[in-house]
Amino acid sequence: MAGNWLPAAQLTGSGRPVLQPGEVECSLLSSVDLFSEETPSFPNLKAGVVILTTHRLIWVQESTTSPTAIFIPLSAVTHIFSLKRSIKSMFASPRFRFQASLGEKGTKGVVVITLILRGKSDIESFVEKFWEAWRKKAWEDGKKSGQEASGSGLGSGHGSGVDGGLAVRMPVVGVAGILRKEQEIWENTDKSLQEAFQDLNALMNKAKEMVTLAERMRAKLLSGSTSQATGTNDEENGTKEEMQELLLSVGIVSPVTKESAGALYHQQLSRQLADFAKIPLERAGGMINLIDIYCLFNRARGTELISPDDLLRACSLWEKFDVPVMLRTFDSGVMVIQSKSHSDFEVFTRIRSMVTTPDALRAGVTASDAAMTLGIAPAMAKEHLLAAEGKGLLCRDVSPDGFRFFVNLLQEVDADDIFLVKDYGIYQTWVKVISDAR
Amino acid sequence: MQKLGEFKLPNFFNYPPYFTLQPVRETREKQIQLWKELIIDFCRTQKIFVIALEVDFPLFSNAAIERSLSHEAREAFLSALVSDGRAEWMDKGHRKCLVLWHRIQDWADLIVNFVKENGLEDSVMTVEEIRSGVESRGTELHGIDRTVLMRALKVLEHKGKLAIFKGTSADDEGVKFSV
Repeated sequence: MAGNWLPAAQLTGSGRPVLQPGEVECSLLSSVDLFSEETPSFPNLKAGVVILTTHRLIWVQESTTSPTAIFIPLSAVTHIFSLKRSIKSMFASPRFRFQASLGEKGTKGVVVITLILRGKSDIESFVEKFWEAWRKKAWEDGKKSGQEASGSGLGSGHGSGVDGGLAVRMPVVGVAGILRKEQEIWENTDKSLQEAFQDLNALMNKAKEMVTLAERMRAKLLSGSTSQATGTNDEENGTKEEMQELLLSVGIVSPVTKESAGALYHQQLSRQLADFAKIPLERAGGMINLIDIYCLFNRARGTELISPDDLLRACSLWEKFDVPVMLRTFDSGVMVIQSKSHSDFEVFTRIRSMVTTPDALRAGVTASDAAMTLGIAPAMAKEHLLAAEGKGLLCRDVSPDGFRFFVNLLQEVDADDIFLVKDYGIYQTWVKVISDAR
Repeated sequence: MQKLGEFKLPNFFNYPPYFTLQPVRETREKQIQLWKELIIDFCRTQKIFVIALEVDFPLFSNAAIERSLSHEAREAFLSALVSDGRAEWMDKGHRKCLVLWHRIQDWADLIVNFVKENGLEDSVMTVEEIRSGVESRGTELHGIDRTVLMRALKVLEHKGKLAIFKGTSADDEGVKFSV
């Protein structure tokens, strides 16, 4: 699409960009054209979504059936032109320009790229964010911390000694010495206080370190569990797994927020949710309660919580996108998220084998029995049982004892000879079980 | 196998869902079909003509599994028989149901056969004699419900095969056959 001018950006299954480690989305704009006025051979990209991250400027073409994307690394940007203010700009769609040296190490030369914002967007705040992201050079941090992480992994325990070794220590002699020592302590305290409360950016940097730490621990746990699985005892493995799960479930690095996505909020949230839901869905056997996913999703988002209404709107947008998950409402009104590959057939097979055990033949099963056997929530189990009943697999028994389900024997009986029991089939098995129980 | 008096019950009588009106259409149709067969079978062998919904009917509950039919279910099954022409509601409130394991026309044919077999072609009988007389003993006509019998006789009267005449009281209506 973009010729060989711009590298292609990776997208997730639901059309969201795959972010690099440490990369965070800053702003989103819809219907943006991207082209170069001075370089005619540069691709002319029309009406896409522009996603500004701390590392890149990503342009996504969403109108086609399979979304494609390209990106410009912010490290390639050499200059950002300030916004022109003129009478003309009052009427035309807002546009702004920046200069970037493209290609591998700038081999393509320097190109002035123009963005035209066709949608209703606040160009000034976008340019401001663009400036900020460019100036911060977050991509360099990522590289540095990556090197640090690999370095400290090899030789641990040397980090703290560097400062003390280089500082020249004055001898502590006399009153002057005591005074100087006091002064030193005071200065140190002041310095650490200032460091801690300097500003929110410092706090953010610390947070990033924490994330790196968590990721490193996860990697260590993962490698540990594979290499020495035989040596460790079960309890240790259990805590490791638990720890791993904890770390895995905190971790949407770049949550879609109203602030960053603006008008595209629900659309982008919907895509992110589709990506997120994959793992919990697999674990839950292809279907998960909407309430459960709400809790999991918000937990993974950390502080950027979403409202139930936002979740519902995000889910209902799935119909429009080509995503592997769908929202399903049962007749009872219970809403679940289901992966498209999930089939009721498989569940029915399991239900059938569950209700044909001798105990279930005699006494039937309740929703909670089914929940335990299938390993799902009772409300979900009941929905499955009702669905199986609707398919003619089960019959219900409502009595003072409660609501139970039995395998459907009515269809097995010959209506022309109601006393006939065939020598084969589930009806005969049932008759045998009943007469044995007596 | 479980029995209800002399009546042999089918195996599925001990199947608890049999006593819950099934909500799924296909399953319910089959359930209704099985109940219709069972009710007709039971009534024929036990010579029961009238089922009152509010009175305990032995077939509608199973003490062994502690299940019984709800009023709604009873009405549904009997209504199904009514729409098949094998039963009739005796009142508008659907409280009593007349079970016709033979249709009225079939009962009329049975009477004609009975008359021929006993050489009664031109004789006179009271209605009560047909129901409980020596001649009808051992036939299906023995113990027939009076309502059913009267309706079968009316059908034959229409065809000119007999004449009904009133006696002094309602009990002793008479029939003059002319088959």
